[in-house]
Amino acid sequence: MNSDVVVNITNLNKSFGDNHVLRGIDLQVQRGEVVCIIGPSGSGKSTLLRCVNMLETPTAGTVVVLGRDLTDIDCDIDEARAHIGMVFQQFNLFPHMTALENVCVAQRKVLKRSADEAAKIAHGLLARVGLVEKDNAYPAQLSGGQQQRVAIARALAMNPDVILFDEATSALDPELVGEVLQVMQSLAQEGMTMLVVTHEMGFAKGVADRVVFMDGGVIVEQGPPSQVISAPVEERTRAFLSSVLNH
Amino acid sequence: MAISKRKKAQYRRIAVYVLSVVALLAMVLVVDWGRLQGAMFKWDIVVEQFPDILLSAGKNTLIFTILGFAGGLSFGLLFALMRLSTVRPYRWFAATYIEIFRGIPLLVTLLILGFGIPIATGWRWPNPYLQGAVPLALVASAYMAETIRAGIEAVPKGQMEAARSLGMSYSRAMITIIIPQALRIIVPPLTNEFVLLIKDTSLISVLGVTAGTRDLARFGRDGVNSTANATPLIVAGLVYLAMTVPLTQLVAWMERREKAASR
Repeated sequence: MNSDVVVNITNLNKSFGDNHVLRGIDLQVQRGEVVCIIGPSGSGKSTLLRCVNMLETPTAGTVVVLGRDLTDIDCDIDEARAHIGMVFQQFNLFPHMTALENVCVAQRKVLKRSADEAAKIAHGLLARVGLVEKDNAYPAQLSGGQQQRVAIARALAMNPDVILFDEATSALDPELVGEVLQVMQSLAQEGMTMLVVTHEMGFAKGVADRVVFMDGGVIVEQGPPSQVISAPVEERTRAFLSSVLNH
Repeated sequence: MAISKRKKAQYRRIAVYVLSVVALLAMVLVVDWGRLQGAMFKWDIVVEQFPDILLSAGKNTLIFTILGFAGGLSFGLLFALMRLSTVRPYRWFAATYIEIFRGIPLLVTLLILGFGIPIATGWRWPNPYLQGAVPLALVASAYMAETIRAGIEAVPKGQMEAARSLGMSYSRAMITIIIPQALRIIVPPLTNEFVLLIKDTSLISVLGVTAGTRDLARFGRDGVNSTANATPLIVAGLVYLAMTVPLTQLVAWMERREKAASR
């Protein structure tokens, strides 16, 4: 298998009871690639993302990340997840810990780094996402945009091979979206492999190497943004884009 | 001319005040206060209770309460986690335990474990404190398990997801992320549980205990026997109040603060 394939999804199916959310998804993500998944709500894009680190267990199909088949019963899922970063819509920072502790806790408990080393790395990462002198702030003392940037630093602290962004800017006030997108863009430029579920068409157009349009649990169309967003072939893609771009 | 609604309400309020004052006056005049005080709050007997009522009985009540609370909290946490487990037998075991110990009166549990089993088997409790505190802890753990479970369930689902997505195992995420937040949520109900335990320790007085391990209620009862006066029990009641009122006020304060913070 090509060693540059970070995520390899084959015939992925997911049902919640009678609700067949994903209907046979095939998707590969190469190292260093930024893939944006767009589509109407209920199209299954978040579920697809959550299947990549097994927050949802697929009903059928395989998810291979870095050569490990996560759907294999013998797979050590905790070990695999340590290499897969995730950023959530609701940030999900740990409210009882400071920003620094949020970024340190998994380094200490999962990677077994020393307290000093973890703190040093965390401090550097918080600076990298533009949060200097916020080490000792609790999440409740930070704005949504700041919280989400702490969450990105928390994911980065694990040195992940890929980061999943699940509508990372959807819960933010409009004026705070930019600062988070900026951090994401700089990560993309540094070569981070990213799988991004987003409603930000501008980000998809400007940053993505590939755009995947999903609807009704299937991938309808994919390709470079110049094709999928600027000159979509499929009727469903056109209908979706005109509804989100013309309002 | 008809009386307005607000006027009517005003008259009613005045009437209630007047009636209350009359009732209070009647009580003061009718009751023979001297006799009442002689039977229930005789000053020299009050003084006699000290310092033993604090240094011995009060201390024992606190020891029973703290042992019961610590045991109840540890086992309660265990049973809460079992109830939330994906392993069915764990869930069944915890659910059955909770049903049994919440369904049997504490007094009966105390009598079975403190009296019944030693008499039936010849086995003796190694320590009189444990004889009272272990049944107390078993019952407390059943109640606390439900409180702790509610606290864990009140922590948003995203917290567990975030922790797991960082590579933490389920138990690691529970210990590091979920339980600290859950405990914070349940500090007020757990404090109430502590107050209930202070009062419940009085049931331990039914067990035969040595003079040195008597709790407040037993101390008061023995005092009534030796003085033929109700004063020792009244004083014991006041000592209970001195312990419980500050704690219930603390809970009320925490709840007010919580309410203010969530506004």
